[in-house]
Amino acid sequence: MKRFTQNTLFWPALTLLLLLAASSLFNPSFLSLAWRDGHLYGNVIDILNRAAPLMIVSLGMTLVIAVRGLDISVGAVVAIAAAVAALMIGGNFSASGEVASKYPLWLALGTALAIAAACGLWNGLLVVKAGMQPIVATLILMVAGRGIAQLLTGGQIITVYYTPFFKLGNGFLSGLPVALWIAASLFAALHFLLSRTALGLFIRSIGGNPEAARVAGVRSSAITLCVYTFCGLAAGVAGLIISSNVKSADANNAGQLLELDAILAVTLGGTALTGGRFTLAGTVLGALIIQTLTSMIYSLGVPPEVNLVVKAALVFAVMLLQSPEFRALFLGRGAAR
Amino acid sequence: MINRRLLPLTITIALFIAMAAFGAIRYDGFLSPQVFLNLLIDNAFLCVVAIGMTFVILSGGIDLSVGAVIALTTMIAASLLDAGWNPYAAMLFVLVFGALFGALQGFLIQRFNLAPFIVTLAGMFLARGCCYLISTESIPIDDRTFAAIAQARIPVGFGSSLTIGAVIALLVVAAAMRIAHSTEFGRTVYAIGGGESSARLMGLSVTRTKIGVYLLSGLCAALAGIVMTFYMLSGYSLHAVGLELDAIAAVVIGGTLLAGGVGYVAGTLFGVLILGIIQTLLAFDGTLSSWWTKIVVGALLLLFCLLQRLFEGHTRKKT
Repeated sequence: MKRFTQNTLFWPALTLLLLLAASSLFNPSFLSLAWRDGHLYGNVIDILNRAAPLMIVSLGMTLVIAVRGLDISVGAVVAIAAAVAALMIGGNFSASGEVASKYPLWLALGTALAIAAACGLWNGLLVVKAGMQPIVATLILMVAGRGIAQLLTGGQIITVYYTPFFKLGNGFLSGLPVALWIAASLFAALHFLLSRTALGLFIRSIGGNPEAARVAGVRSSAITLCVYTFCGLAAGVAGLIISSNVKSADANNAGQLLELDAILAVTLGGTALTGGRFTLAGTVLGALIIQTLTSMIYSLGVPPEVNLVVKAALVFAVMLLQSPEFRALFLGRGAAR
Repeated sequence: MINRRLLPLTITIALFIAMAAFGAIRYDGFLSPQVFLNLLIDNAFLCVVAIGMTFVILSGGIDLSVGAVIALTTMIAASLLDAGWNPYAAMLFVLVFGALFGALQGFLIQRFNLAPFIVTLAGMFLARGCCYLISTESIPIDDRTFAAIAQARIPVGFGSSLTIGAVIALLVVAAAMRIAHSTEFGRTVYAIGGGESSARLMGLSVTRTKIGVYLLSGLCAALAGIVMTFYMLSGYSLHAVGLELDAIAAVVIGGTLLAGGVGYVAGTLFGVLILGIIQTLLAFDGTLSSWWTKIVVGALLLLFCLLQRLFEGHTRKKT
């Protein structure tokens, strides 16, 4: 039993289960699934679909935090990627009533992702080469990035009419949302890369003690650069899914506060903010907790504004439970660790 | 050769003068006293909150909750006035509330050794959420005292004038300079920013000062909220969204090191004025859109951070 509760995934999984149980208590049909229009349909599927962008961003954030970093620019990168994709796809009605893409879809998506990755690389360069604190380095892009996205869209909401693009955020593949498939394959790829190769070990060692890792011959600069670039790329993927879901790009509001939700998801999942210890599965659970909480609050008919207060309470509870000093004071025996 | 420690501050002031000169050459009517006083009038609340943020950053921490605390302050003040409170009692109440809110965050950070970033992030969620709980609508303030203060103008000669809010901001700057540079509290803040464990070993009251820094920041946020209600004459949950970033940007552009321990309160005043003059220049130009503000602020942040790295590198090699 003790070994069970000491597993890092125990607390986030328990929180998620309790939330789901509470939801189905208030709304008995909450957990029901149905097969409709050739795909699964139900609250749980909806939660998974809506949580996908947050999961993807949080996976990138997990790795950044694991190397003792932080990326608060992901919301701005989401806005940039969405703006680039929407502008390049555009989609005007032609004479025949068909909607055509301005550039081929793959080129638009590719460019948006490349720009998002470049944003991440820029953050990485500031951290690794210029030696800035991560929060300052990414603050620059957080402030300027949203300005750049607004500059691209001219401050307008760019509406997309090209239907194939909507598949990303609204489509289904073998009964499950496409966005979920993307998040799941990203998770699987990362999991494979980090547990089957030495990369996971390297990342843990950089987070644990950067100087020791460097002396031991870990190429910490290159790995840190890659991690930031990946985080930018992940934010770009999330931006594409979000803009596809709402069929438009809103530079003012897309990805607003997403960086905070992502950091929250990572923390809830049990990754240490001090670096070194990280868990990808925990992050996925964290993102699901946040989305389940939001859906639950909506389905209970509680004003959505309460959401923020509940989130705040959740953050306070989690960080106090993670604090050794707090454990020493109130939980007694956990103190020794 | 000027003092190396004063160099970032000198650059900030020089940049402000350069931008003012650019505006004066480029646009007619830019070089009037009122244009410059308006910088202070329009950014009074930013100035007050940035001063509080300066102390937090000097101590090596960060406070992300200030924007939300300002919004909550305007909401509480507006609803108290609605309920028929005496305006001065309402002001006093929100000041105490802001100080307590900040002190609570400081206590959590200090007692349980939590990351300031996360604690104040949760504080931000909490304060913003409480705003929505009070009301999702904007609450107008029609109290006579508030309206009178909002309209009061203090002539300063040359046909120009200041508002009460701007005067409060200047008083806060003066008080903060005194606290930072000639009190025990101020010196302890610098010492904690320089190295917390060494400050503790020196026998300084680290615990009290760390909580005090967040208390001060909460108090400044509440005061900024009051100044904002003078300016807007309403309480609204979406007031001051993202203001914490502007405040951090003003502090960094003012030459304070985000790692803590190095910086000047006066620099923050100029940081705020630079943010203000960028907007004024864009307004005078008329053809550039508001998002250029963000891009320019981002570029300035980059410039100052790179400069700071350069100076740090120099000093480290010397010692």
